[in-house]
Amino acid sequence: MFSLSEEGVAFVKRELNRYEDRRSAVIPALYRVQKENKGWVSPESVTYLSHLMDIPSAWIEEVLTFYTMFNKRPVGKYHVQVCCNISCSMNGGREMADHLCSTLKLKEDEVSGDGRYTISRVECLGACDKAPMMQVNDDYHEGLTNDKAVEILRGLK
Amino acid sequence: MEVKLLTEHYGKAEFQSLEGYKKIGDGYETLKKALKMQPKEIIELVKASGLRGRGGAGFPTGMKWSFLPENGEPRYLLCNADEGEPGTFKDRMMMERAPHQLIEGMIISGFAVQSKKSYIYIRGEYKDSLRIVEKAIREAYDAGFLGKNILGSNFTHDMDVYSGAGAYICGEETGMISSLEGQKGQPKLKPPFPALKGYLGKPTIVNNVETLAAVKYIVRDGAQAYRKNGTEKSAGTKLFSVSGNVMKPGNYEVPLGYPLKDLIFNLCGGLKPGRKLKAVIPGGSSAPVLTEPEAMRATMDYECLAQMGSMLGSGAVIVIDDSNCMVDLLNVTMHFYHHESCGQCTPCREGTGWLHKTVASIASGHGRLQDIQLLDRISKNMMGRTICALSDAAAMPAISFVNKFREEFEFFVREGRSKVKGEGFRHAQMHH
Repeated sequence: MFSLSEEGVAFVKRELNRYEDRRSAVIPALYRVQKENKGWVSPESVTYLSHLMDIPSAWIEEVLTFYTMFNKRPVGKYHVQVCCNISCSMNGGREMADHLCSTLKLKEDEVSGDGRYTISRVECLGACDKAPMMQVNDDYHEGLTNDKAVEILRGLK
Repeated sequence: MEVKLLTEHYGKAEFQSLEGYKKIGDGYETLKKALKMQPKEIIELVKASGLRGRGGAGFPTGMKWSFLPENGEPRYLLCNADEGEPGTFKDRMMMERAPHQLIEGMIISGFAVQSKKSYIYIRGEYKDSLRIVEKAIREAYDAGFLGKNILGSNFTHDMDVYSGAGAYICGEETGMISSLEGQKGQPKLKPPFPALKGYLGKPTIVNNVETLAAVKYIVRDGAQAYRKNGTEKSAGTKLFSVSGNVMKPGNYEVPLGYPLKDLIFNLCGGLKPGRKLKAVIPGGSSAPVLTEPEAMRATMDYECLAQMGSMLGSGAVIVIDDSNCMVDLLNVTMHFYHHESCGQCTPCREGTGWLHKTVASIASGHGRLQDIQLLDRISKNMMGRTICALSDAAAMPAISFVNKFREEFEFFVREGRSKVKGEGFRHAQMHH
């Protein structure tokens, strides 16, 4: 059974009172679940949140499935998101995504055998002047080359 | 020439803190000035300044504010920091380099529209912006610029942040309101406009980061001083996010009406040696593409780009040199709109899918000549038929790419390969 940590529960309760309407707490609560559940939101955690927040699970599902930053499937410890939108594509972003996949012997959106990596192609991350770039968990890495990107991933603890 | 009004102190790291904002800049002196004015006076001032929304639509800010009802009903101010238009990275930089300038502009705007509560809706991926803006808000509370009875003026204003979770459509103001309400970010039918029924059904004003920051300078210097830059219908300075194939990509603040060719060839250092300019997308990927001759005579203001059949949009300038395949770039762009369509309106949900599938088929070397016509026809059936502008935002680039670079599309269909790119690039492109 999934449950949030004590601090996680306290966080969700604070968020329920933070905005003008309780329902606004759904996005922050899902972020919290994802953080405490190794980077993804499981179906059972939605049921859990629904009870904890006293908000219908359909309302939580609706948010979970609409927004791309919530992972509906397990991801690696490091979720590597390579921008493949226009300015990054013009500067080698797609080739970099391919290079990372082949170097780590991974298919896109898969979790590596050791659980460390998932590589995804994503849309514009608003760092177009530093193309190509990737986001690893919360952190932006900009102005990359294929080699630099591999080096960054290998260097992660 | 750059004119650094909003970006004057971007280079100084300490400008991020309240201390630095006071020391290097003018602190919250403009807020003090504003609180001694009548709210209506500020609205008139913003109207007189000619300020237009800097997020994409270019709607006159003062006029938007004056749509609020006069019945004293509670109203909200929302700052749109859900920067997602491909090519745009100006709001992120402003939040990270000059958060207090945004917060001060918002408190002044909040006072002008008599709102007691504002939210800054920040796109989910911008974790640094979120952290920096949250810290700046706390500093502003501690200094008495937010909260009850601000600086003894009897004006009360609270401010908070809200993090999105990855959805381009939440940059559309009613989509943003849905998202802030804790729902999927689907836009709502207008009318009623948010100024009458917005967040939780209450009157709401939604303005972009750059717009709200500009309000500070309009109040500080006056409408006439603000108008010294820009043109009659496009007043003031604007931030342009330049990316693609220029030597020095980045954010540049110039007066509206600035020649696009000077932006590319002077400020951004031109193209890589040996490359030629092929096309420019002047206002984010929704804006119809300009050919090289069009780009060379364009000026960066609302009216010139509208006359050329394109738009200023968010100010994201994507510079495309002759090493790029236009079929490929349209494919990337259509993938994006298909991915981001919220699915609510049929012409958009189905149309973006068809556009993407059709151009992907051409880009894979399996297109038919009639597919080129099909792209044009689908696009025209998508325009003006949906709740929000996303459908048009997908259709407009498709129409312009196909019609202005038809020869490249025809070549791809005829030869089964790109006119520009070698075979090597096929693999990378396939997933899109």
